[in-house]
Amino acid sequence: MRARVGVVVFPGSNCERDCVKSLSQLGAETELVWHDDPVLPEVDIVVLPGGFAHGDYLRTGALARFSPIMQAVTDHAERGGLVLGVCNGFQVLCETGLLPGALHKNKGLKFMCKWTELRVDNAATPFTSRASTGSVLKIPINHFEGNWYCDPETLQGMRERDQIVLRYVDNPNGALDDAAGIVNENGNVFGLMPHPERACDELLGSEDGIVLLGSAIDHVLKTTPARV
Amino acid sequence: MTLREGLHRELGLTDDELQAIIERLGRDPSYTELAMFSVMWSEHCSYKSSRSHLASLPTEGPHILVGPGEGAGIIEVAPGVSVAWKIESHNHPSFVEPFNGAATGVGGIVRDILSMGARPIALMDPLRFGHLDDARTRYLVDGVVHGISSYGNSIGVPTVGGELVFEECYEENPLVNVACLGLVDGRLMSGRADVAGHSVVLFGSATGRDGIGGASVLASAEFDEHSHEKRPSVQVGDPLTEKLLIEASLELIRDDLVAGFQDLGAGGLSCPTAEMAAKSHMGMDLDLDRVHLREADMEPFEVMISESQERMLAVVEPGNVGAVLEICGKWGLEASAVGEVTSSGNIHVRLNGATVAEVPAESLADEGPLYDRPRRRPDWLDALQARAPGDDSRGDLEKAFLEVLGSPSVASKRWAWEQYDHMLFLGTVQGPGGDAAVLRLPGTDTAVAVTTDGPGRFCFLDPYEGAKLAVAEAARNVACVGARPVAITNCLNFGSPERPEVMWQFAEVVRGIRDACEALATPVTGGNVSFYNETQGRAIYPTPVIGMLGVLESAGGSVGLAFGSAGDALVLLGETRDDDFGGSEYAKVVNHTVAGRPPVLDLEAELRLQGVLIEAATRGLVRSSHDLSSGGLAITLAESALAGRIGFALRERGGQDHRWLFSESPSRAIVTCSGAALDEVLSLASDVGLPASTIGEVGGDALDFAVFALPLELATRTFEDALPSRLSATMA
Repeated sequence: MRARVGVVVFPGSNCERDCVKSLSQLGAETELVWHDDPVLPEVDIVVLPGGFAHGDYLRTGALARFSPIMQAVTDHAERGGLVLGVCNGFQVLCETGLLPGALHKNKGLKFMCKWTELRVDNAATPFTSRASTGSVLKIPINHFEGNWYCDPETLQGMRERDQIVLRYVDNPNGALDDAAGIVNENGNVFGLMPHPERACDELLGSEDGIVLLGSAIDHVLKTTPARV
Repeated sequence: MTLREGLHRELGLTDDELQAIIERLGRDPSYTELAMFSVMWSEHCSYKSSRSHLASLPTEGPHILVGPGEGAGIIEVAPGVSVAWKIESHNHPSFVEPFNGAATGVGGIVRDILSMGARPIALMDPLRFGHLDDARTRYLVDGVVHGISSYGNSIGVPTVGGELVFEECYEENPLVNVACLGLVDGRLMSGRADVAGHSVVLFGSATGRDGIGGASVLASAEFDEHSHEKRPSVQVGDPLTEKLLIEASLELIRDDLVAGFQDLGAGGLSCPTAEMAAKSHMGMDLDLDRVHLREADMEPFEVMISESQERMLAVVEPGNVGAVLEICGKWGLEASAVGEVTSSGNIHVRLNGATVAEVPAESLADEGPLYDRPRRRPDWLDALQARAPGDDSRGDLEKAFLEVLGSPSVASKRWAWEQYDHMLFLGTVQGPGGDAAVLRLPGTDTAVAVTTDGPGRFCFLDPYEGAKLAVAEAARNVACVGARPVAITNCLNFGSPERPEVMWQFAEVVRGIRDACEALATPVTGGNVSFYNETQGRAIYPTPVIGMLGVLESAGGSVGLAFGSAGDALVLLGETRDDDFGGSEYAKVVNHTVAGRPPVLDLEAELRLQGVLIEAATRGLVRSSHDLSSGGLAITLAESALAGRIGFALRERGGQDHRWLFSESPSRAIVTCSGAALDEVLSLASDVGLPASTIGEVGGDALDFAVFALPLELATRTFEDALPSRLSATMA
């Protein structure tokens, strides 16, 4: 059995083919899903890729939440299905309300494309099971609005529930509590600014992204009854 | 209707050119016709001053599928794998409005690549500005880099390299060049309109009043104190639409719905209609009522020459028009069938059924004026070449080294390239900051190496030798990463062609490019000429920017510039001459001198060096490879040490210390290798008579030049902080 992954394409998305390539290398069955479609195909994992959905006009992710597919993505998440938002996908998840908080402009007010080190602070999620708590992953960022923020009460609760899964070792963008990747309360919706799909090939600088993408695939294979 | 006396001059046409138009038409042109001629016959679109010289460049080679004359050159890099490669300039708009000028420069070159049916997969941005002490320069640098970052990142095309050079001569005339690489994905497209009755579909952004006269008013005249009033001539970019245009265009081509394809850039709608029709010896009927407009009541001349961005023109079989409009609609793009191909040979434009222009397509596209402008060797050149090159020693070598290492043109450009997405498409094996970017082509193991070089100071001192040095360095950069140089695209940035001294520089540069490209077997696949880079009579240095493309059979076999392991041997390849200081970084930074003659290039020696570099990389013998250029041996060693975060120690010292360390003799490189591979590397060199010597080894945490040493940490700070600290004055 293979994990089935749907990668959503908004007008302005640009990392969808990279996600397909890296996930396929890990054995997943992938397909692109057009934003205008009100229904999802039969998939186990939904990926919202990086890019500039709807040009990021108004505010990053602000228009994408109104794309017809997002209701189906929300339903999938509420049924317990895995949802992974990378970079712009993370921003869309926050705007949609599937993840807490919001993403401001980087503290340096510049776009940043660079390698970062991320500490795994919760290895007990469907997206981090291949890591051990405290391990460090080398994965690049590529964003202008990656400075995650939420109100103090929300942060308090998230810390207690270990929802801040990945933290920057050297915070590049000013994110609250060094947060690079967070999960929802159920742990099945994961958003992160770094791009794991760009770190699946030693020739490009790192294979650490496989830890995150591979964990999600493992989770599907472990928890889904065999399909014919 | 009689045209106002002198109107043609306001549009940039001379009295003689107006006369030529009247002769071709056999009557006075209408207002719309005059506007169309003014853009199509502008220097920018017609190459009227440069064409006769460019004809001498070598353009053919076994791997060149398409040479100059289309949207971009096409080079076959492996059996069945072809790339598009092209460079453009957006100098004038970027000075007037840096953010949008630079952004729309990116948009323009991307559409050139797209017009060939290729997916744009990488950008490079060679940029030249004045001195960073000038507040306006800092504003320009920040605006241009932000414009490239904002637009390039949003359209999803990674920016994998470029240049950032600072020189006083660019203060009023910054150079914003941009190169784009595309991967041909299926059928190669061409700007043709072969069949009468085919429909002409315009799709993308609505046509507005932005960028009226960009080619004629902005790009084909020098600047004066009123240049800022030209801001309305600069176009405004919409990156989301460009991204959708890319996806929609590739889908149209994939579904085989397009017979001929061209972008709209300089010259607006006039350009692709005239060029496609002329190329096929056909005509086109256009109905301006069907053009989707941004604002109502636009004049027909405005519709014909508006340079609104993000538009493409497709020639389509009538039966396919519905499918084309549907795909555009899916991507949220407006599209309209605005006319059809005819056999009349004329571009016939109507509004409300009435003719507003009817002119032979060939008169617009092919029969523009051709000038053999007067050329004269500048009378100041002999005196300049006779002056001392600025090679005096200043005593304190460490101080001189840190000055050169921290000079903005040499220092780390991380400040700029970290603002660019340089990793998209999972192909960036080597990104910005090295000799050349190495890109693995999607779906293959083949990689290409791309780089740009444009040594303006050398060309100022001797345009012929400088141009040869530009081509040689670009090829050497590509050879350093292990790639075989195969083709160039060039962007020729000059002052006003109406001045004989500038035309002489231009002719000399073209001659230098020709000779170097012939010797190195790297034909020219196209490019761009940007004249009128001068303000109030002060011209820039003659600056040919060479975009070199190289090929690696295996993406995994590329070599970087970073030092690897302690104990590796440092091998200097090539011959160092003590007096190669004219136009050097040392002369400029330490002795504030730009004089004398540029370094002497021997193209045979250059070929031998490149052969050894490629062979050593292919056999996997070398751990690092880096050419010697700005700042000479000292800077090359420092850059490799900083990139590898490991020091080195020199054993050998040659001649006078500052000459040995800072001379810029070309055709040299530093390679490092393990002790086990050393003999084989040395014999590769000796087999072809290339001088090679082991001058030290990698290791430690100091840059130890034998005559002085300093901690790696100090060098790193100097190198990395130079740009951010100077730019933060305005950015804080």
